[in-house]
Amino acid sequence: MVNQYETVFIMTPVLSEDQMKETVQKFEKILTDKGAEIVHQENWGLRKLEYPIQKKSSGFYHLIEFKAEGEVVANLELQYRRDERIMRFLTVSMDKYAIAYAEKRRANRNAKAAETVEVEAAPAPKAEEVNEESNKEEVAE
Amino acid sequence: MAQQSDIKYIAPVAIDIKKKKYCRFKKSGIKYIDYKDGEFLKKFVNEQGKILPRRLTGTSLKYQKKVAQAVKRARHLALLPFVTDNLKSNY
Repeated sequence: MVNQYETVFIMTPVLSEDQMKETVQKFEKILTDKGAEIVHQENWGLRKLEYPIQKKSSGFYHLIEFKAEGEVVANLELQYRRDERIMRFLTVSMDKYAIAYAEKRRANRNAKAAETVEVEAAPAPKAEEVNEESNKEEVAE
Repeated sequence: MAQQSDIKYIAPVAIDIKKKKYCRFKKSGIKYIDYKDGEFLKKFVNEQGKILPRRLTGTSLKYQKKVAQAVKRARHLALLPFVTDNLKSNY
């Protein structure tokens, strides 16, 4: 049976940005090779841990949502255990509420991302608009 | 400032009227409790990071179980501490 799963893993902070991306790609590949469909990915970047793990106080978090058969998860977790770059991982199967929540969360994140882009792009055109409007008013008067 | 503090003593001391507790998840229609949101889960733990009992938070049994599950997952991912002192005074 195909289920939707969500997996979060923490990579050691000693990795460089490129090494971190390479690790993520490795696990993406493990999933896709086994016929999993990746629904969504999130990189949370370097985050502070609430308690030290392997004497490290921070780590790179990465989240993958995917649809796959149950056996894929066992394989994925085996690979996590074998990879020393992975400090912690958690795989959770998602019920319908979790899926609904994830979609909402994604939409929120997209909206936020769009907002920041707009804010960066917005000021210049706005100034022009204001000028145009004031011109129109003058004409009307 | 002095006047304000005077008024505080003149005004009768507010006596606690028993406020009915309610389950915030039932009330606001939240169906899924996210373990990835550590800040939100901090509402359900005390200063030492222990999960608060239902009798204090008013959460219904159904959602208390989910809160507990989410807190435990968050702890595993180091989003919440297992044990700590003054968790809330940091914020």
